[in-house]
Amino acid sequence: MPDNGFEPKIVAFFCNWCTYLAADLAGTSRLKHAPNTRVIRVMCSGRVDPQFVLDAFAHGADGVLIGGCHPGDCHYQEGNYKALRRFHLLRRYLADMGIEPERVRLEWISASEGDKVRAVVDDMVAKLRELGPFRQPAADEPREKVEVTS
Amino acid sequence: MFDGNGAPRIGVYVCHCGTNIAAVVDVYAVAAAAAKIPGVVVAREYKYLCSDPGQELIQNDIREFKLNRLVVASCSPHLHEATFRAAALAAGLNPFLVQMTNIREHDSWVHADRRRATEKAVDLVRAAVWRVRRHRPLEKGRIPVHPEVLVVGGGIAGIHAALSLANAGRHVYLVEREPIIGGHMAQFDKTFPTLDCAACILTPKMSAVKSHPNITLWTYSEVTGVEGYVGNYSVQVTRYPRYVREELCSGCLECIEACVYREAKFADRFNYGLGKRKPIYLPFPQAVPQMPVVDPETCIQFKSRKCKKTCLEACGERRAIDFTQREQVERIQVGAIIIATGFRTVDPRRMPYYGYGVYPNVYTALEVERLVNASGPTGGKVILRDGRKPATVGIVHCVGSRDEKTNRWCSRVCCMYSLKLAHLIKEHTGAEIFNFYIDIRTPGKGFEEFYQRLLNEGVHFIRGRVAEVTDWALDPTEEGRLVIRVEDTLLGTVRRIPVDMVVLATGLEPREDAQEVRRRFNITCSTEGFFLERHPKLAPVSTFTDGIFLAGCCQGPKDIPDTVAQAGAAAMEALALIDAGFVEQEPNTAWVMEELCSSCKICVALCPYNAISVPAETGKATINRALCKGCGTCVAACPSGSIVQNLFEDDQIFEEIEGVLAYA
Repeated sequence: MPDNGFEPKIVAFFCNWCTYLAADLAGTSRLKHAPNTRVIRVMCSGRVDPQFVLDAFAHGADGVLIGGCHPGDCHYQEGNYKALRRFHLLRRYLADMGIEPERVRLEWISASEGDKVRAVVDDMVAKLRELGPFRQPAADEPREKVEVTS
Repeated sequence: MFDGNGAPRIGVYVCHCGTNIAAVVDVYAVAAAAAKIPGVVVAREYKYLCSDPGQELIQNDIREFKLNRLVVASCSPHLHEATFRAAALAAGLNPFLVQMTNIREHDSWVHADRRRATEKAVDLVRAAVWRVRRHRPLEKGRIPVHPEVLVVGGGIAGIHAALSLANAGRHVYLVEREPIIGGHMAQFDKTFPTLDCAACILTPKMSAVKSHPNITLWTYSEVTGVEGYVGNYSVQVTRYPRYVREELCSGCLECIEACVYREAKFADRFNYGLGKRKPIYLPFPQAVPQMPVVDPETCIQFKSRKCKKTCLEACGERRAIDFTQREQVERIQVGAIIIATGFRTVDPRRMPYYGYGVYPNVYTALEVERLVNASGPTGGKVILRDGRKPATVGIVHCVGSRDEKTNRWCSRVCCMYSLKLAHLIKEHTGAEIFNFYIDIRTPGKGFEEFYQRLLNEGVHFIRGRVAEVTDWALDPTEEGRLVIRVEDTLLGTVRRIPVDMVVLATGLEPREDAQEVRRRFNITCSTEGFFLERHPKLAPVSTFTDGIFLAGCCQGPKDIPDTVAQAGAAAMEALALIDAGFVEQEPNTAWVMEELCSSCKICVALCPYNAISVPAETGKATINRALCKGCGTCVAACPSGSIVQNLFEDDQIFEEIEGVLAYA
């Protein structure tokens, strides 16, 4: 990871039953990882309102990580599918606003995958370091067309 | 702005957790920073906030400073949220005016940089303070509980749990997939370390299950659907046809005698193919229920429809044999569920170097259990497949345990059962016995003493993981025998030990359909695939789904005493739940601000619990609190922002987002 001294700020929305527990497991297993995330607990990834993501960027986040249960494993049956649906829409919307879609990430991390929390957080920090700090595009700023791949 | 309880007077408590937090996070700096946040009246750090004096400290502050909100920065809310909520309640504060933030699992335990870990803790505390300012007092709902309990799995865990509950006067449904109950324990001969006979301690319990007025026993049945929630589970059980009607069969077994097959000729699964059975059979003589099963794969009547049906004749007036029996679906309502679905042993074919399935004289430990068992296929004689008595036996430990190539965990019981089998084989045959082990693990009451006994009995112990079992003889003493190649790590040499019989001490692993079962009951598995308990120490038989408990090896490898203890604990938890008569419902459910609802009905289809409806009279969405589970998906989707989730209100989450970012 390029050590350019930039420490990205990541707001993480973790679901109560899978990813939050995975982050707890990373803790009990003492899996050291980058201290750049601030976890906000929601009961389900389906609770993550796209406005939460926009609010995070508006208040200085460089990236937003959403963590939910694996498909088929949602504690509430299918909330994670709802999250996925919104996530795809949101990424296109962010692109239209001139925000790199890579700044938002959705990951399925089960309660047993403490190691995945570490890997995802470290990877996201590395990618955001390459991307640089989030800069809010000015209203009249000409925008580059951003291609959304997924 | 501050709904409920007047202007915020917040107390912030930062826990050292001994040195767990304080060694990495500067707790004094965190408390000092918290003290400066508007609304905070008092901010303290303390060694152990969850302890009695810690809770008292908080409670005294609530009274002295007239606090109306609390922030506790300590461990995961999954561990102690209930503790601090109860403490607040005891001091007269609504428990939902407490916000916890996790600076241990999510901070001090995963970060090394003291400055950055402390910054993170300050951010988390600030966010919690900002958030808790928006909290409102809430009340828990109450839902009545069905008094019956479902126990899934009829091994020793399920049997013990079912009997405990039934003896307490509660009705239990015990559902077992196999045609008989008893599980793996029914296959054992003796149990370690006392060497008391498994049948003598198990069969009375099995027959108690069958005859108990409070137990409905459904064998050859499977749970195929689970709906509902704690206290109110609606369960579908599919009962497979055994072609013998339970209500009519008297258990005389004359039908088996009368079968047109004079000789038993089909591989008998209970004995791992070491014995034979007829198409109509009883898996073992002491089986419960004492009732035959017809195997349609081998029964002539099913294959050709042209059998003389001598079994029917033998059954006569009882008319218990019914070739037209069909699968049957039962639906039951229960308040709690105990899952005791057990384990499977590792298939040693995964380790071809041990020769299982290649050399006929390589056995699994369970096969040998059947051989030494007096009611087993050889009547308790330890003989090889060709009828010879082995003169030398090698027992290979850790087959599929403590192994990077298969399973990394220790299966806990193999050392002890290997010692037991060594003793029994020696007793039955007088053979010379070699144990090949990595470490001997005997941590249990009377276990180490048993190991010493075996050493005194002259059983050999060779320390080293076996490399391979081969029939490639290098000298005449090895001719026609199996050779165990092993590095003896105590002597520092590679050895070849010729033996007549190899016993593989196969480890325990999750059942092949554990993932399916996990999904069906909406519970969680740990990395290795065993069902995950809510907390390894404080809630070892609970799951993350309220009202569902675990017992036995489905949660992890364990021996019979531990399994029985755990089954008793699970029964106790279930009893405590149903005896209360009601469950408290977390108040984090959603509700609709009717004046903002645009009647778009987007939320209705999103709810997986059908909790939302739009009555024609009002045309506005309304949420049934008893059905709502509090996921918040509808809240996030409502285009007019008319739905509120208690404890996860938009404003509360916005405050939290802005709070963690405010350091920028």
